[in-house]
Amino acid sequence: MLRLENVCYEVKDAGKKKTILKDINLELADGETVVVTGHNGSGKSSLMKIIMGIYPVTSGKIYFNDIDITNMSITDRANLGMAYAFQTPVRFKGLKVRDLITTAQKTNSVVMEVCNYLSKVGLCARDYIDRDLDDKLSGGELKRIEIAITLARGAKLNIFDEPEAGIDLWSFGGLIAAFDENKKQYGGTNIIISHQEKILEIADKILVMNGAKIERFGSREEIMPTLNTYGRQCSKLQGECYE
Amino acid sequence: MSKIESDLLLAVSDLHQIPSGAFNIRENGQAVDKRSTENIEIVPKLDGQGIDIFVKDGTVGESLHIPVIITKAGVKELVYNDFHIGKDCDVLIVAGCGIHNTGLEESEHNGIHSFTVGKNSKVRYVEKHLGVGNKGGKILNPVTNIEMLDGSELVMETTQLGGVTSSIRETNAKLHKRTKLVIKEKILTNESQIADTYFNVELVGEDSSVEVISRSVAKENSRQKFYSKVIGKAKSFGHVECDAILMDNAIIQSTPEILAECTDATLVHEAAIGKIAGEQLVKLMTMGLSEKDAEDMIIKGFLG
Repeated sequence: MLRLENVCYEVKDAGKKKTILKDINLELADGETVVVTGHNGSGKSSLMKIIMGIYPVTSGKIYFNDIDITNMSITDRANLGMAYAFQTPVRFKGLKVRDLITTAQKTNSVVMEVCNYLSKVGLCARDYIDRDLDDKLSGGELKRIEIAITLARGAKLNIFDEPEAGIDLWSFGGLIAAFDENKKQYGGTNIIISHQEKILEIADKILVMNGAKIERFGSREEIMPTLNTYGRQCSKLQGECYE
Repeated sequence: MSKIESDLLLAVSDLHQIPSGAFNIRENGQAVDKRSTENIEIVPKLDGQGIDIFVKDGTVGESLHIPVIITKAGVKELVYNDFHIGKDCDVLIVAGCGIHNTGLEESEHNGIHSFTVGKNSKVRYVEKHLGVGNKGGKILNPVTNIEMLDGSELVMETTQLGGVTSSIRETNAKLHKRTKLVIKEKILTNESQIADTYFNVELVGEDSSVEVISRSVAKENSRQKFYSKVIGKAKSFGHVECDAILMDNAIIQSTPEILAECTDATLVHEAAIGKIAGEQLVKLMTMGLSEKDAEDMIIKGFLG
């Protein structure tokens, strides 16, 4: 489904070259849930943005279903079947929740369909469908709507950047069920950046980033024991601290 | 009525046909049709340059349409419309002006509207401006003077979404006790168009309030100016919000002025001018929209 070959990403920082991602080689299969974890600044979000085309690669190749997408625009990648839920969702003055979900679906969705996606992320559809996506929504509400929009895309590859941020722990069960249902419905792959143990537990595979590189990548059973206990305790409590 | 005329009428006043309520239609500098109702009386001014509208006390659920259309080049008019709204009314007034000008001479409509909103009355006033045709100038200069009597409410929605070469809008309001004025303005300019807006609101009565929400988009080489002045002379609340999206080589200037002459007056002015946020475009592009479609969707939503 997704293959990265020798991907590097460098930026200029105060006139000096800074390596954000170095020699990333990765292959993901259909139907997998891959959780990406690692220190702050290790390159997790940058890697996801490279995959979506938001950042350009400095070198290397990216293939999606054997199509070379390395130089493809964000729009073209989205239309090939990729979707992205941002860590910090964007606010829009004047656009309503309904507008974004129907746009995500690319159909004239009936109200029931829009409501269905909102319900999946634990929002009462009646209360939110006609709300503006502006600063009157809390961070947690906006985060859930962002996930609903991404689910509505019905994409083959869904990228969720810290979906748990701002969402209460009590709602995790529902969110995890929504990820799982979406994956089964569309037979696609979910990549989730997370530090939360509950999300790590649903992974088929775990990818650990460290210092701009993939440090470890393997099955959950293989990787989970290598994540130290202290880190997991922290992640339970704070959702931010890893190791 | 020709197709051009009926299209203009539809665009500025949502009229597909002659409305059921009171109306006064003005075309190319002359009143062409009007109808009063039992509760809303339209009286032409003696010099022919405008009308007096009398809404009887207690009129509820009725509407008044007073569109103006200009389809000839070189028409310049100055019209005075005075609205006398009785007490305890609840009415809708739809105004608006559409100019279709394919000639070389400028066409210009200057409308001076004066409102007296009676005690405890509610009025929703909708005004749309439109210019069509790519040759001669299309100029619209509306002036609205408002006096709100105790307990009254007025919601004023003004829209100018393209084609008007130049417009200078001036709104002056005096609010008495327990009154509420809400002004919602939407403007889109492109090419080399100019749109200036001036709001002057005096909060003279206790517990009066005004909210001005201006959303505008300036494209290409257009220029917009937004000036607002709110004076709190009593225990009152005033909030002015000016949000603008700037594109291409356009210029937007926002000048706030709030003046409190009473310690219990709370006045707020918020203004933000900027280009479309990059992350908004990127978000919509991750949903499969092209950059142009994303831009259009953001602007459409922003201007409601």
